[in-house]
Amino acid sequence: MSKHHIEVTINGRRHTADVEARISLSDLLRDNAGYTGVHVGCEHGVCGACTVIVDGLAVRSCLMLAVQANGAQITTVEGLAAEDGTLHPVQQALLEEHGLQCGFCTPGVVMTLAALTGNNAKPSEQQLLGALSGNVCRCTGYQGIRRAAKRLACAETGEHA
Amino acid sequence: MTAPGVKTEIGTGRYIGQRVRRKEDPRLLTGRGQFVDDISLPGMLHCAFVRSPIARGNILGIKTDIARDVPGVHAIYTQQDLAHFKADLLSFYLAAPDVEMTPLANGRVAYVGDPIAIVIADSRHSAEDAASLIEVDYADEDPVVTLADAARGAPVHPRTDNNIAAQMGEEEIDEELAAKLSSAPHLITHKVVHQRISQSPMETRGVVVSRDGPEELTLYITCQSPHLVARWLSLSLGLPEKAIRVIAKDVGGGFGLKNHPWKEELAVILAALKFGRPLKWIEDRYENLIGANQAREQEMTLQVAFDNDGRLIASHGDYSVNIGAYPQLPECNIAVHMFVWAAYKMPAYGFLTRGWYSNTVGYAAYRGPWAMESLIRETALDIAARRIGIDPIEIRRRNLVTLQDQPTTTCMEIPLEDITPAECLEKLLAHFDVDAFRKQQKTARDEGRYLGLGVAAYIEPTGAAGSIATMTGELAQVQIEPTGKVTAIMSTHSQGHGTATTMAQIFADRLGVRYEDVTVFEGDSSRGGFSPGAAGSRQGVIAGGAAIMAGDLLASKVKTLAAHLAETTVDAIRIEDGMVHVEGQPEKSRTLRQIAEIAYGEPDRLPPGFEPGLEAKYRYQPPPMTFASAANACVVEVDINTGFVKILRWISSEDCGTPINPSVVEGQIAGGLAQAIGMVLYEEMSFDDRGNPLAATYKDYMLPLISDIPTFEFLHANTPSKSVGGMRGVGEGGAIIGTPTLVNAIADALALFGEVPVDLPLTPAKLLSVIEGRDLVSPSLAPEAPAPMVAPIVTPTPAVQPASAPGKEIQIDGDWKMVLSTPVGPQEMTGHFETNGTALSGYLAAAEGQQSFTGIVDGNNLIFDLKVEKPLKITLKYNLTVEGNRISGKCKMGIFGSAKLTGHKL
Repeated sequence: MSKHHIEVTINGRRHTADVEARISLSDLLRDNAGYTGVHVGCEHGVCGACTVIVDGLAVRSCLMLAVQANGAQITTVEGLAAEDGTLHPVQQALLEEHGLQCGFCTPGVVMTLAALTGNNAKPSEQQLLGALSGNVCRCTGYQGIRRAAKRLACAETGEHA
Repeated sequence: MTAPGVKTEIGTGRYIGQRVRRKEDPRLLTGRGQFVDDISLPGMLHCAFVRSPIARGNILGIKTDIARDVPGVHAIYTQQDLAHFKADLLSFYLAAPDVEMTPLANGRVAYVGDPIAIVIADSRHSAEDAASLIEVDYADEDPVVTLADAARGAPVHPRTDNNIAAQMGEEEIDEELAAKLSSAPHLITHKVVHQRISQSPMETRGVVVSRDGPEELTLYITCQSPHLVARWLSLSLGLPEKAIRVIAKDVGGGFGLKNHPWKEELAVILAALKFGRPLKWIEDRYENLIGANQAREQEMTLQVAFDNDGRLIASHGDYSVNIGAYPQLPECNIAVHMFVWAAYKMPAYGFLTRGWYSNTVGYAAYRGPWAMESLIRETALDIAARRIGIDPIEIRRRNLVTLQDQPTTTCMEIPLEDITPAECLEKLLAHFDVDAFRKQQKTARDEGRYLGLGVAAYIEPTGAAGSIATMTGELAQVQIEPTGKVTAIMSTHSQGHGTATTMAQIFADRLGVRYEDVTVFEGDSSRGGFSPGAAGSRQGVIAGGAAIMAGDLLASKVKTLAAHLAETTVDAIRIEDGMVHVEGQPEKSRTLRQIAEIAYGEPDRLPPGFEPGLEAKYRYQPPPMTFASAANACVVEVDINTGFVKILRWISSEDCGTPINPSVVEGQIAGGLAQAIGMVLYEEMSFDDRGNPLAATYKDYMLPLISDIPTFEFLHANTPSKSVGGMRGVGEGGAIIGTPTLVNAIADALALFGEVPVDLPLTPAKLLSVIEGRDLVSPSLAPEAPAPMVAPIVTPTPAVQPASAPGKEIQIDGDWKMVLSTPVGPQEMTGHFETNGTALSGYLAAAEGQQSFTGIVDGNNLIFDLKVEKPLKITLKYNLTVEGNRISGKCKMGIFGSAKLTGHKL
């Protein structure tokens, strides 16, 4: 099978690869670039565990081909915390609200929330919860995830800050 | 309400009982978890399976030549290539299967998805390419799919008489019980049909296996206990000499599916042993939905007799479970009957319980595998309340076992000392104003809105240890390092349970150190000692007790050394925040690090006989069984135009004893409740009549989403149990009690339209059928005619055969190899019989020991009794028939009913 040369930026670092056209973005990120925080839960775009940010938007990396991402800026869950280890506000909110158990769906939840709360966006609680209906969690019953989303919505709109 | 006993009054501490942040979270939130697919080993190759597209048939031929030519393919194996390993697919009880089970199909397929061949290639892509080019020819047969099919269809397994895999209880209802049922003022006959469920952990199954030379094997595998996998594999392979190390740092949910390896994992392990290079197989979601073992598909009919006041008189349960072709649990779920009335004052109960083979993927555990007992009982109580005309809460108040009623013994001989379902119910009712709700319900109904209230109560056996080979105590090992830091090695395992957090909370409290200074290592079979890990809501109870005991041993060691160094008594030493203080002599305070440096490095300064270092370990054996209790309430609104259910409120009132971390406790309950909501409203793994699975993606198998799950309210009772620390376990309860709570709420909302048949899931179409009084469920998916429980078509072998034809010599004397089908799997034994006229004597010998008996012989019929003490004191009444070289019959096992015995002359 012929290969295609692509170049992407992942978490601020340049990454080049020669990939078959059929390789998904999730496979590129995990197997080729080593970002194993990208979790593949269903491979058909339902569970949301593989969500990453591509050019500012939350994307299901199992449904996007690597070649389609050529030239894109990609952020994975590994790229959110500060260099000194300080967690991103979304990660901090999920930590404090017990928003995870096994942690397999967690990177997708983090990236969905990070995509909507980034760039000074001020999403409402309903917008965040609506977006999270695309992230399946089998462990938590969504209680801590909902609390984290509420907190992020409030923090962004300054209602309870 | 504090139970007497050792160390149960630990309730809260600086860390125990507090909502501390989880130690697991920082790595999981930053993508640094270590799940099995994150492991890559040098030289590792990838696997894909060829799976059967038909549910039943013989394999006529497998052509692999084209597939072998795919670039990157290294090997293709079928069962023939792996047969020489003679590996067994052992049950959770570590018993060898009754029927032939092989990792890859051995000439015959028995369900859609049955693995036939394994391809080893450079990449998963190449392996899948090759797998798709393997041609298999089949001689297709009509499959046995449903429970009804299993009763009338041809046996799934060659050389078996019928599809009954396991059976307990009595086929005929006892006359005395039948009389009690038929003469009662009120008799409810209630049937529940429970759909098949996919456990659906978000991480599918997977394994990376490396044969490290001829004597070592390293596995990274999704599991619920690395120790159990190592033990299972050692027994399965029959290679006790092989050093097996199993590592599973992070596992993305288990829920019962990942208790131990099954066909695919074993096939990959054998392939790696044969091929000699590290192999990886990661199940994709399609494989997980069609090929990973599933749970719950079952039907039960419960008869319950009440007096005119709604008090229980008697009950009978008839239960069947579809266990598929190759079940991890080849059983008939006796626990359903053990616990169906355990929390209630039920005078008399009888049952028949059966597990049926079918041409579907095998049966495995799922959170609260016996949960049918609560579902059918609690829904039956509401039906009875409506029929008798009393309040559903009142019917529970009249029948629940309260603390005042205890100690007592249930109708199934289970001793109860401190269960609190009645107290949980009262606590719930103090929090939820039922009268106000009834007014609101009436007002809403006048507006055309249908609100309903569901209430349910239950108890759950947790922390079981000592009655099943795999269900053991727990080992805790803890040390204060020379740096002063505390490191513990536990055999707990977290698939989200947060055991590294809760165990650290315990050690921090018991040792007087900061939580931040404790690290708990788990997830590696080369550390710690045997434990089944996450199974049966046991880790908090048993590992928690072990951690307390080991922590106290180590604290005592620190105090002994500190007292010696300060020339004072142990009583004068206090450890706090990592500082070791001497009462009244602040200048003699030392840091733990200073004490530890002396303990490890300065043997001359240690007291006489003091073992150097600061290390302790303790294996805790808890009471045989502990109970958690709960009562739940939920309020729903059913839209009578669409049949959609909206959950408006949900309150959990539970008693899990000491909550080590209330956030972890609530996380476990909430996760279970969400799974219960999924079972009642959304999830369904069904098959067409050819055995094709009808849900092969998450677009068809609907998991509950954030928009489907309400915010739960929690009430905690925290009554200490008799185990060390007073924990009661909390892992499974939500999934058990959530289902009847929600079903009752829906039934209450729609009571004006008639009873809602409990045929899960309660889809909008099924609810509209009740609302509109006509069948709106599409015919192809409709359940079979709502006849009473399917009568068994297969005629069971009579226990006592007529005597052999006259003149034919009957050879009874000698040794017989016999297998008794017990609730925990087949038990092999040797029977030795000696006859003298009509007198019979002999012994039964099994691995556990040998016991003699005397009895009588009547022609070819042998009758004898054996008294046993464990797990309960019961008399086993054998009634066997000899036919030539074969022996068969029954063993009546007291309250457990009858078990089948078969065997042959040695």
